[in-house]
Amino acid sequence: MAAGFKIAEPLEYHRSFLKENCRPDGRELSEFRTTTLNIGSISTADGSALVKVGNTTVMCGIKVELTNPLVEAPGKGFIVPNVDLPPLCSSRFRPGPPGEQAQAASQFIADVIESSEVIQTEDLCIERGKLCWVLYCDMMCVDYDGNVLDACIIALLAALKNTKLPEVTINKDTGAPEVNLEKRKGLNIHKHPVGASFCVFDDSILIVDPTAEEEGLSTSHLTVVTDEKERLCVVHKPGGTPLSAEKLQECIGRATARQREIQKLVDKVIHSVKTAQ
Amino acid sequence: MMEVCGSMNVSLREFGCEQTLLSRPDGSASFVQVSKEIYDRATLEVLIQPKVGLPRAIPGAVCERDLRGVSAPDPPPPLLPHPAPGLLPERSLHGPDGRRPAMSCLFCGVTCAINADSEIITDPTAAQEKESRALMTFAIDSKEQRVMMSYTKGSFSVHELQQCIAVSQKASENIFQFYRDSVRRRYSKNL
Repeated sequence: MAAGFKIAEPLEYHRSFLKENCRPDGRELSEFRTTTLNIGSISTADGSALVKVGNTTVMCGIKVELTNPLVEAPGKGFIVPNVDLPPLCSSRFRPGPPGEQAQAASQFIADVIESSEVIQTEDLCIERGKLCWVLYCDMMCVDYDGNVLDACIIALLAALKNTKLPEVTINKDTGAPEVNLEKRKGLNIHKHPVGASFCVFDDSILIVDPTAEEEGLSTSHLTVVTDEKERLCVVHKPGGTPLSAEKLQECIGRATARQREIQKLVDKVIHSVKTAQ
Repeated sequence: MMEVCGSMNVSLREFGCEQTLLSRPDGSASFVQVSKEIYDRATLEVLIQPKVGLPRAIPGAVCERDLRGVSAPDPPPPLLPHPAPGLLPERSLHGPDGRRPAMSCLFCGVTCAINADSEIITDPTAAQEKESRALMTFAIDSKEQRVMMSYTKGSFSVHELQQCIAVSQKASENIFQFYRDSVRRRYSKNL
């Protein structure tokens, strides 16, 4: 009976729960889903992480390569993020070139990396004007159940913390780079950006960490990315119902609390991987 | 609405608007801001649908996103979006006979930059944007001055965000007054 109502009138179904200040999966309006993290599971990647936020699962793999820096920025390396939403994660995505949502997500992650300064691109320079590292960060969604942006940011942060760069020396005679894959050093992570996504229902009710159904029925989305110094890196609201400055402030408060929780989780997992090695 | 402290000077460069310059599109507008830089004459054809909730767009195309958020109970025939920097989209939503589709509110965009000295500059020039440590663009609605759209670059504190929103709300009053004046001028010619 409830299943039929859910399919026939999804908005009314959700409204009936929101009236009681809860959601169909039993969460409160400001409660995040259970987040689990696994680091270093892909042995062929230089850094990797698997994140599950409820059912939403994102895998991040980082590969490092050598390249020449740009003439305009001879002392800087590159970080190239890419978010992939393949057909396997949800029936809404069709095979073929990246869709609008995947492209928008990739650009969003690029903005987060730039605005938060999670890694200084100067740290990726090996020899000024000649050689630098490029980090290819691929985030693939394996199960899409809403809030893929938050999961991508956590996966990226954890994978970056897991990444180790091989030692590179320049041969003085030939000028060619020599890479020592046995000797590796971790990346210098300056900031720990973590995102919190919200959506607005019926122009008034604010809920945290929406599922795919809730995202589809909402009238507006908002993602706030903060770092450990409580500075805002990104306030991303792509249109929809307007929000007052007070409601924005509430969201920022919730995002700051989330940042602390996730940073603790990432540090705990990294520490357990180190002690296991 | 947030309080703006007295020491903040909210100023926008001079701007003007011309409508119905093109004959083929159903509506057209040209926006000019007095500076050495941009004068874009472009058509904006906009898609209005009752549905909302779309992925992020580049700032130039933000008008498409905001219009989709403003519900129109009787959607007119669909039009196509073309991003055009500095264009005020709803200015062009006049049909050939001057009728407009129903909109729940008007909106405007305001950009603020925070420079290295932590000063807030509204409507920054390209040079000021480049030197800024943070850049924020907000779309403010005309009914209650709430934030419809937000795009930010660089990092900033919560206090700075709230100040920029307050400054944008204040600047939006100038722009909404401009809308009222231009509509008044447009219809007074027809009498």
